[in-house]
Amino acid sequence: MTVPVLEIRNLHKRFGSVEVLKGIDLTMQKSDVVSLIGASGSGKTTLLRCVNLLEDYEEGVVAVAGEQIGYVERNGKRVRLREREIARQRAMTGMAFQQFNLFPHMSAIRNVMLGLVKTRKMSKDEAYATAESWLERVGMADRKDHYPGQLSGGQQQRVAIARAIAMNPQLMLFDEVTSALDPELVGEVLSVIKGLAADGMTMLLVTHEMQFAHDVSNKVVFMQDGRIAEEGSPDQLFYHPKSERLAAFLKNSKF
Amino acid sequence: MDVLQTLDAIWSARVPILHGLGNTILISLLSIVMGTILGVVVGLLLTYGNWFVRLIVRLYSDFLRGTPVFVLILACFYILSVVGIQLTAFQAGVFALTLFCSSHVGEIVRGSLQAIPAGQTEAAKSIGLTFFGTFFSVLLPQALRMILPTWVNTATEIVKASTLLSIIGVVELLLSVQQVISRTYLSLELYFFAGFVFFLVNFTIEKVGRFVERKVALPT
Repeated sequence: MTVPVLEIRNLHKRFGSVEVLKGIDLTMQKSDVVSLIGASGSGKTTLLRCVNLLEDYEEGVVAVAGEQIGYVERNGKRVRLREREIARQRAMTGMAFQQFNLFPHMSAIRNVMLGLVKTRKMSKDEAYATAESWLERVGMADRKDHYPGQLSGGQQQRVAIARAIAMNPQLMLFDEVTSALDPELVGEVLSVIKGLAADGMTMLLVTHEMQFAHDVSNKVVFMQDGRIAEEGSPDQLFYHPKSERLAAFLKNSKF
Repeated sequence: MDVLQTLDAIWSARVPILHGLGNTILISLLSIVMGTILGVVVGLLLTYGNWFVRLIVRLYSDFLRGTPVFVLILACFYILSVVGIQLTAFQAGVFALTLFCSSHVGEIVRGSLQAIPAGQTEAAKSIGLTFFGTFFSVLLPQALRMILPTWVNTATEIVKASTLLSIIGVVELLLSVQQVISRTYLSLELYFFAGFVFFLVNFTIEKVGRFVERKVALPT
């Protein structure tokens, strides 16, 4: 049996006294595309952010390619890894954000190059070539010297996806990447993600685009109050929801 | 006001006046450069230090900003010699202005670092940058652009505050002009002249600041 790309076991996360994740289990094999859906506050974004340790977690295991993220067991004690180790682990996954978070003082191509040079230790030339080919892939090659301020939201998000994916991550995380976009710009970003899925990229998405989640995923996870309430194939979840909560949620989401 | 007489007085005292101007520029330059370097450290500690470090640095910064520069200069000159640190008037003055500058730059840096959206740090982390990588490649370049206008303002404040060094006997521009006044009694004219030279120095700083601001502005 191959090592799963992502394995989450009994994950608990608290913000102070509020427990936002109450024991999550999720396993992803290579080329899996999993969509997390659910009402806001159900913990889906927090779950995503625990995978690359943008949020610490208190209990359970998050493992990428068999390696536990952020912590090791030493003498029965759970110890947080050093900053440098965590930085290396974070680069195993790529992340695209709701607000794009491009670096405003760098051109599109320099945004993509930064991680390649600093983390992957590529030469400038190699990084430039790699970045250029990924910008080409997301249809942004002709804007490679533009600054984020000169790009539309959809264009910024495509550059941000190129920045994450150029790092050659084992797993891509997408955190509501179309939520901040004008409706007419959503399509260009979704089609980039669909293309990546077709290429066999392993992806975990938080999304409010139900039709898109249905079309792109091979598994959909419905979260509710920090737990996985229902999971299964897209057809099963969207057309034959077992719980009333999911049925009500889908109705409100105009699916 | 006799213009020719004034110009003549300035011309015959040109060597000491230029010397004074040179001192003013040197004092300001040293204080601004050292104060800025120290200030960036202060700003970093205020932003990222643990609670104890933040408390100490916060006390340092608040104390210096709450004290008149005048008092600070006198304290550096007189108190330090009491505890056995012998500084010349020039050194004590530059030291005082450096401390003053660092507390202001520290606050500016802290403010700008906190104004950068958290998403910037998260994006940097997500591509595997360490704390230092994030700071130097992502945060600092944005913070520097933000602080530039306020920093230029602080620089001009330091130039103006450098006149206070005259009271501990550092012959900077103001004191060198005062020495000419005590010989010629052309007080109104020569104070006006001194003021005008200070204005020129600060005007130049402002202009250079604007120029750099335009140079590093991000295209939109």
